[in-house]
Amino acid sequence: MEVQPEILLEMYRRMIRIREFELAAMDLFKRGQVKGTVHPYIGQEASGVGVCMALRRDDLIAGTHRSHGHNIAKGADSKRMMAEILGKETGYCKGRGGSMHIAAFETGSLGALSVVGSGIPLAVGAALAFKMRGEDRVAVPFTGDGGSNTGNWHECLNLASVWNLPVVFVLENNHWAVSTRLESVVKVKDLSVRAQSYGIPGVNVDGFDILAVYEAAIDAVAHARSGGGPTLLVTECYRFEGHYAYEPEVYRTRAEVEEHRKLDPIPRFRKYLVDNGKASMNEVNAIDTEVKQEMVDAVQFAKASPPPDPSTAMDFIYA
Amino acid sequence: MTSSERDATSLTTAKPVMSSDLIVQVPEGVPAKEMSYQEAIREALREEMIRDERVFLMGEDIAKHGGAFGVTRTLFDQFGPERVRNTPISENTIVGAGTGAALAGMRPVMEIMFVDFSGLAMDQICTQAAKLRFMTGGQCKVPWVLRMPQGGGAGKSTAAQHSQSLEMWFAHIPGLKVVLPSTPYDAKGLLKAAIRDDNPVIFLEHKLLYSFRGRVPDQEYVLPLGECDIKREGKDVTVVASGAMVWHAMVAANILDREGISVEVVDLRTISPLDEKAMGRSVRKTGRVVLVAEPCRSYGPTGEWAMVVIEQAFDYLQAPIIRVTGRFSPIPFADSLEKGVWPEADDVVQAIRRVMV
Repeated sequence: MEVQPEILLEMYRRMIRIREFELAAMDLFKRGQVKGTVHPYIGQEASGVGVCMALRRDDLIAGTHRSHGHNIAKGADSKRMMAEILGKETGYCKGRGGSMHIAAFETGSLGALSVVGSGIPLAVGAALAFKMRGEDRVAVPFTGDGGSNTGNWHECLNLASVWNLPVVFVLENNHWAVSTRLESVVKVKDLSVRAQSYGIPGVNVDGFDILAVYEAAIDAVAHARSGGGPTLLVTECYRFEGHYAYEPEVYRTRAEVEEHRKLDPIPRFRKYLVDNGKASMNEVNAIDTEVKQEMVDAVQFAKASPPPDPSTAMDFIYA
Repeated sequence: MTSSERDATSLTTAKPVMSSDLIVQVPEGVPAKEMSYQEAIREALREEMIRDERVFLMGEDIAKHGGAFGVTRTLFDQFGPERVRNTPISENTIVGAGTGAALAGMRPVMEIMFVDFSGLAMDQICTQAAKLRFMTGGQCKVPWVLRMPQGGGAGKSTAAQHSQSLEMWFAHIPGLKVVLPSTPYDAKGLLKAAIRDDNPVIFLEHKLLYSFRGRVPDQEYVLPLGECDIKREGKDVTVVASGAMVWHAMVAANILDREGISVEVVDLRTISPLDEKAMGRSVRKTGRVVLVAEPCRSYGPTGEWAMVVIEQAFDYLQAPIIRVTGRFSPIPFADSLEKGVWPEADDVVQAIRRVMV
């Protein structure tokens, strides 16, 4: 597939933006400035960006507890993201959600739901709305390998299949559900075969290769948009960081992590861009520099933003 | 008799001491039709589906079959498979997909066959739909209605997993509204309000009331959520109730009227939001109160209502607050056992006599 250079560079920018955002968020967390926790998306950038670059702005995504990356991939603003992590009024959720619930509805989010598997039905319902109204929009629920063992996931594949809904189920297989290795809870080796049970296509791609993800997503989205129904798209990834930032990770070896870090999707894509003349080293470096500055600005914005006024604590409970 | 009619009638034929002429809500002279509670719910659905094309129905066996109690019967024929959707047996996904459709601009009305099955969907009801607007800082709204038949009694229960009353599960969750209509008139007006409301609304239909009949105005009307209704004015004692228990209260009030005891019956209609001010007004007037609710006593609705009475009217109370509730027991199957756990009208009579001492 021939991809326009400006799209390639935008992919690269969003991947770097996710990486730098997560590093900044982890740094704030380490300094005790983020309450609760953060679940870094580091290592999985090619998956989220590859999928979201295949979507239109009016297509909708449903996120998880690990959705900083999904929001940024869909076009969310770093400043409002960072402000949400610090619980500020200027955050996307006005400080009511925090890291696990950041959702930029203006860029096409259905919310980020932190109970594993719970966001999936929302995308199915949105897809139903699109179909009933005759709109050519697509809904994409993200989940991990852990989420694919929930009843929600199986119920939703079945429902979307039988109603032929425009859904692309993205399963980001990072191989670890908190401390539980995929192979210890699932017998099949390739999770995409589960699609067969529901009579829909199942595709498995290298989640470190953004172009492979993008191409597979373009196909699945086109299939859904044209009335072909849902697809299960499994992106084979790896979670470079702990389940949450600075988690001890007693359940896996450093060697295993280091082995996967060699597959880092960002240097790989950078090399592809330069080696194939899609971008010069200067262009790529300029993006790195711009995004690093963007994060400095985002952190500054977030820190300078006011917290929500306590008098507004009861706002937004009812419409 | 079709199979769905058998289902519908097997649980809904009981009306031993309750009589629909105990509650008159539509004055003579107002153009109206007599219809059952079940028909009133169906008419509300029909009118709202005609009025607003975003409204659609989803649930198990609700299409041709009309649902386990026949409530949606004929709607499939009128509106077709796009808007009256049979689903797989996937309660959590029925509700979750409803939430997604609502987020995307639709106004779904879902049915779960028995409230007992809502346990399968509690994540989507209480942890997702109820909280989405709040935790996204008001970026979205979730306008849906979840209809669920509940309750039992009168020797018509179907044991421990098809007969519970569970309104307090939902009333405890901020973000949800909880409606329990007691009459055909209320059922229609409250359901129309629920469908037009921009929040997730739990609409609990009492199975024993489906066959209850009452006059429903020909002209369109919508009732407010969050306001109770004084079903009977009185001056000696207030009885607070909701759903089918309102009928026990009315029966008791009629019996005691002959003894010269004037009973005011407050039908809460929605238990969340709870009309605390109106409860307070009534108890300040009468000075005595009996609380009647079908769920098991412990941590049930009456504990909350009693505190509201205390907060609103403590200095006016002339007698201890007494409550009439289901016992703290699963619902047994055998008639002889079932009678032992359910609140009956006679229990309300006895409770009123106790507060009048």
